[in-house]
Formats: sequence, C-alpha cells, structure tokens
Amino acid sequence: MGAVLAAVLAASLAGCSSTGGKRAEERAAQQAAEGRSAVNTPRWTFAMVTHSGDGDTFWDIVQKGAKQAARKDNINFLYSHNDEGQQQAELVQTAIDKKVDGLIVSLAKPDSMKTVVAKAVKAGIPVITVNSGSAESKAFGALTHIGQDESIAGEAVGDELNTRKREKVLCVLHEQGNVGHEQRCAGAKKTFDGTMQNLYVDGTNMPDVQASIEAKLDSDKSIDAVVTLGAPFAAAAVKAKKTAGSKAEIDTFDLNASVATGLQDKTLGFAVDQQPYLQGYEAVDLLWLYRYNRNVLGGGLPVLTGPQVITRDDADALAEYTDRGTR
Amino acid sequence: MTATGQPAAPHTDERLLRTSPLRKLLGRPELGSVVGAVAVFLFFAIVADSFLQASSLGTVLYAASTIGIMAAPVALLMIGGEFDLSAGVMVTSSALISSMFSYQMTANVWVGVFVSLLVTLGFGAFNGFMLTRTKLPSFIITLGTFLMLTGLNLGFTKLISGTVSTKTIGNMEGFESARKVFASHLTIGDVELKVTILWWAALVAIATWILIRTRFGNWIFAVGGEADAARAVGVPVIRTRIGLYLGVAFAAWVSGQHLLFSYDVVQSGEGVGNELIYIIAAVIGGCLITGGYGSAIGSAVGAIIFGMTSKGIVYAEWNPDWFKFFLGAMLLLATLLNAWVRKRAEATK
Repeated sequence: MGAVLAAVLAASLAGCSSTGGKRAEERAAQQAAEGRSAVNTPRWTFAMVTHSGDGDTFWDIVQKGAKQAARKDNINFLYSHNDEGQQQAELVQTAIDKKVDGLIVSLAKPDSMKTVVAKAVKAGIPVITVNSGSAESKAFGALTHIGQDESIAGEAVGDELNTRKREKVLCVLHEQGNVGHEQRCAGAKKTFDGTMQNLYVDGTNMPDVQASIEAKLDSDKSIDAVVTLGAPFAAAAVKAKKTAGSKAEIDTFDLNASVATGLQDKTLGFAVDQQPYLQGYEAVDLLWLYRYNRNVLGGGLPVLTGPQVITRDDADALAEYTDRGTR
Repeated sequence: MTATGQPAAPHTDERLLRTSPLRKLLGRPELGSVVGAVAVFLFFAIVADSFLQASSLGTVLYAASTIGIMAAPVALLMIGGEFDLSAGVMVTSSALISSMFSYQMTANVWVGVFVSLLVTLGFGAFNGFMLTRTKLPSFIITLGTFLMLTGLNLGFTKLISGTVSTKTIGNMEGFESARKVFASHLTIGDVELKVTILWWAALVAIATWILIRTRFGNWIFAVGGEADAARAVGVPVIRTRIGLYLGVAFAAWVSGQHLLFSYDVVQSGEGVGNELIYIIAAVIGGCLITGGYGSAIGSAVGAIIFGMTSKGIVYAEWNPDWFKFFLGAMLLLATLLNAWVRKRAEATK
C-alpha cells in the first residue's frame, strides 16, 4: 500500500503541467470574489427537489446557479433529487416535514407531484416550479414557473435551420416518452420549411446512439442536418457523421464545454441554450424576493430562460464559462 | 417450538432439549438487524433535528412500508433459496395493467384491479414454472422476466396509450373506493399514516405465521436448506417454489395498486432497480443469500433501516451525492453484524 502511494506521489511530482489542470482551477477560484451574502434578511431555508438522475451535468449547472443565489441571499440551500416520481414526491414530503421557508420543484412527472405540492402550498410554503411543468405550475398553486417553453425552443431551431438553408433534417430523441422532447421536435417541424424526421435512440447507451445515427446517415445521404436534444449526444452525432462520411451539419439543444469548442472549430453549426444556471439562480432569488417583499415575477405566465441560439460568434465569449461549468 | 413440557433427560434426543428464553432470542435471525435499527435510529435522532418530529416519522414509516410490502415475500422466497429480479418492474406492470384495462374497457376500476391481480399472479406462476421446468438458476430466469417486463411495460403502454404514461382514471367509477383501500391515509395530529403501513403489517404477520406455524413454512426452510434432501423426505419442492413466486407477485400487485391510486397515472419506465432494494432489506433483516435461514420480521426491520437511512440523510441535510455510498456501507455493516450475532448465538448452543 505504502509503496503504491509513494509511486503515485513520485509520478505526480515528476511531471508537472504548466497549463490547465487542477492548479489552474484553484488559481481561478482564488481570484474569484469570496462568496458573502449581500443581504441582511434572516437565514431562510429553501429546498430544491428535482427529477434528475444521479450525476446529471445539466442539473449540476442548475444547482451551481441556485447555490450562488443562496450565497448572495443568505439562504440555507438544500438539494435532493430522484428520477422516480414516487421517490421525488417523498423527498418533497421530507422538505415539508422540515418546515422549509421555500420550495423549488421540477414537474417532469406532474401526476406524482400533484398531491404533495398541494400539501406544501397548504402548509404555507411558497413553491416555484423550474425546468418542466409550465402547463401545471399555476394549477398546482406555484407562484411562478421558470424554464424554457419547449415548443417555442423548437420553433427557434426551425427558423435557424431555414436561415442556414437546410433541406432534410434528422431530429434525434434520446429519451422515450419525454413529452418535452417530442414538443421540441414538433416545434422545429412547424417552422422548418424542409422535411424533418424523428429518430428514437436509447440515451443511456452512447455506442448505440452513435450506431443508430450512423445507420441513418448511411442509408440516406441527402440528410444535411442532424439536431440532437442534449449536449452529450452532439458529440456522438459528430462521430457518426465522420464514420458515415456524411456532409450533414450537427446542431444541438443545450450547451457544455465540448459543444462550445465544437462551435468554435465548426464541427457544430449552432446550439440552443436554455440557460440552466439561470433556472437555479432565479428560482432561489425569486423565492427570496417573495419572502422579503411579496414580489412575484412573470405576471402569471412562465418566466422563460430560453431559447437562446448560440453560434460560432458567441461561442468564444462563452468558452470561459462552459469550462467553469456554469453554462 | 422445541419446548415439549417434559424435563430434558440426559439421553433424550438433542432436538427436544429446552432452551432458555434468552438463548432463543439470541438465536433469532432478526436480532442483529434490530440492534442495527436501534443504532441507525439513535444516530439520526442525534444528527438530524427534524428526524424526531412526528410528521417525519410518518414519512419514514411510509418509505419503509413501500419497501417492506415487497421485502416480506421476497424474504420468504430467499429463505426458500431463490431470487426474484423481476419484482421491481412487476410492481409497475401491475399498476399499468390495472389502469389501462379500466380505461380501455371503460370498466369499473375494480374490474381492472381484479384483472391486474390475475395477470400479475400469472407472471409469478411463469417465474415459478420456468424455474421448476428448466432447472436453470432463478437468477437467470427472473433476469429474463425482468427484461421482458421492462420492455412490455414500455412497448405496451406506448402501443395502447400512445404515450409512455397511462391516461388518468381518476374520474372513473370505483376509483374513490379503490383509493381508500390502497392509498388512503389517516391523519392523527400532524402525523400522516398511510394505509400501506397496514398492508405491510398484515403481510409481515401472515408471512411470519406461515413460516413458524404451518407445514408450508417448514417446507420453505427445507427447500432452501437442501432441496434434494427435502424432496427425498416427501416435501413438494415444485409446489413450494411456485407458491413462493405467487407470494411475491401478490405483493407486487398490492404495491402496484398503491402506486396507481396514489397518483392515478403510471409512468411505464419506473420500478427498475427496486428489486435489489427488496433483496437488500431481506438480507439486512438476516436472510441468507444461500437460503434456508431468515425471517419475515427481519425483512420488516430491514425495510425500516432502509427507510430511516434514505430519509434520514435528507433530514440531516447531507449532500445527496453520497447517499448510495452510505447505503452500501450500511448494508455491509448490517450484514456483518448479523453474521457476528449468529456466530455468537451458535457458539453458545
């Protein structure tokens, strides 16, 4: 054991990289301002319960935004998640038991969440819904909904494809039965002048995603654009395009570091961002505003954080933030 | 069970020896898990201030009951020496069948509930039948059933409803009365006690009675301990195994109906992975993976430990990223404690 440890230490000391790595990250963190709260309100506790699975990049960014706002607003911020409806409802119940001062939930499975959100409202806890559930938010008694309207986002994609003079597009859905995904592709179909086909793939299995897209591009050489619905799948589509020898442009929903570099080096056409950081940040901040001043944003309509179409021109400015993991 | 009322003579059969009550207690399979449960309870009572609230305990009990309903028959099955990896998705299947049958046939909801019971028992019978006919290990058989049911859940729901979740049956006849049976709750002060806790208590009581007081219970121990020897002395091995799988299917039906009537819409992709949680609860409760040893009460204690841990971590405001790590560590600790207690108990015999 000791020998192994010594060997590892020696190896890590022998070859230092002068660029990037952990040290650069630490330096950047030191340079960043110390997080101190900017308000003198009491320390309220807000809980956020989402339908995310374990280790989800998107929700990690949402959390970062929420935590930043919590620091500023002197909030004790609690986060929990589960991708099973029943479990998510139980987690909301634990937040009610804890008598939190505010609640943030995502309504990907509205039916499972209906009763428990009503319970929170009845207990006098202000509720804000994020990301999914814009249709149900008001009926469940939430103050407001923060997120992206998937149909509108899809329509923006259709418009962008028109300006890029595309004729035949493939829309890749990676989660069977995700209503939001269906809405995205349907929205794009609505505004797009060319033809658009849907391709269903199994998002939990990356090699399978790549193989499916590849097979499709192989069998139909006239496809000149592929739209994926999540940042990790854009990378798979790029690989598939290479092996299939296709000329299609790859475009995607959502953003991450590799999408930003993809936009910079032209392997990707454009990305549609729904700004997850903003969803977390605004949710906490709006709850704070409600507790402090009874302010409600949105006038009874959802507060939209997207779509924001990002092309090569914007990518340079964003690269710094995607590397930091906040965009 | 060994007390015969006669004082033990020096040369009687050793199986008829009287044992002291203390020694009997030490020999119980669930003793280790009870010690573990008390430890976990005290731990969270200290680190999480909202854990001891009455309403929180209601939440913990509910979480434990949803696992415990399944863990009891799974424990019996494991004492009988078999596995069921399809138990998790079978719950979802049962809820889907009930909901879709009622909706598509525009039948009274109770008709759907009854049809779902028959079909779910059919799944259990299929598991048991395949196991006894093919002589393949139950791990493989039920793994196959698990994958098939997962696919059927998704495929069928999409085929019939056009989406991946069922249509609402909340406005149909019989829904309210079925909800009372499967998903109602009783509020005492600010504690909410769900009806699943009653179902759970009943199932554990029945399972315990079967194990300790009936011939079938002896057969379960015999089949799990040494199937060939059991067959040789006339135990109906095949019937016992099929019966055990039917038991799991029945509990899956109860859990599935609870799921349906709690939320009145079912997501077809859920339930995957829960089968392992049921097995974990049974193992923490003192069941041996190899069969022939364990108890139904133990499975209930295992479910309580699981419920306390999963909710306690949230009440303690820990980072949820570590949840699975703690769960795994607890499983190992509880099982080690069990093994240690059992060794001590056998050494003092």
